[in-house]
Amino acid sequence: MTVKTFASRFENLARIRELVGEAARRAGFNDAEVYDVMLAVDEACSNIIEHAYGGEGHGDIECACEILDHSLRVTLHDWGESFDLERVPDPECDVPLEQLRLRGAGLALMRRLMDDIRFDSSSDNGNTLTMLKHADHAPHDP
Amino acid sequence: MEFETTHFKRCDLVKAKGRIDSYTAPKLREVLDKVVEGGVFRIVLDMSEVDFLSSSGVWVLLETQKKCKRWNRGQLVIARVHENIQRTLDLAGLRHFFRIYDDVTEAVGAF
Repeated sequence: MTVKTFASRFENLARIRELVGEAARRAGFNDAEVYDVMLAVDEACSNIIEHAYGGEGHGDIECACEILDHSLRVTLHDWGESFDLERVPDPECDVPLEQLRLRGAGLALMRRLMDDIRFDSSSDNGNTLTMLKHADHAPHDP
Repeated sequence: MEFETTHFKRCDLVKAKGRIDSYTAPKLREVLDKVVEGGVFRIVLDMSEVDFLSSSGVWVLLETQKKCKRWNRGQLVIARVHENIQRTLDLAGLRHFFRIYDDVTEAVGAF
């Protein structure tokens, strides 16, 4: 398992994407799946910086990548305000452009890009977001 | 990120290079706002050298689209969009807000 801690700054998003992208490649994911993981984690970290910490530089984000059997589990931990993912609805996209509001778009993407997402803010020691993605194929099979 | 703006008779072409995330999206917003504030509402965004786009970047494109389409004065079209990014727009349910061209010349010529 690879674990790294980053300051909660948008400039660190590229480094976080590199970390999870590398893990996804090692897990045997194809290019599209690697991109999906990088995008989901980018959206999650942007949400942490923006909503949990209320802006840049107010804490750290710990990112852990664990390669399982044809799967990758990414766990993000922060020490900011908790928020309930279940209470954030997907944005309504079937509306005229002028009425479009994108709040929740990042979360909607995370839900669609990953196979499982769990959020736990029950401990006194911050919030934990766990995201799991399975490879669609078994690359090492004959 | 790097940007290059070319003025044509009927539209402006903005070529973006790099990755658009929450860190770089404000720069994209700045460049597109400058075009709109200059009175040009027909814009082609060449995304051939953009290999990552998060929802923060999508939001900048949608806000620009709103400004361009106001009073039917124009629109933002996007060209040469990487497959992963087209898939992101599909997954987000937002692709239908943009006309997407495979070719920049064709996109410029469509105005």
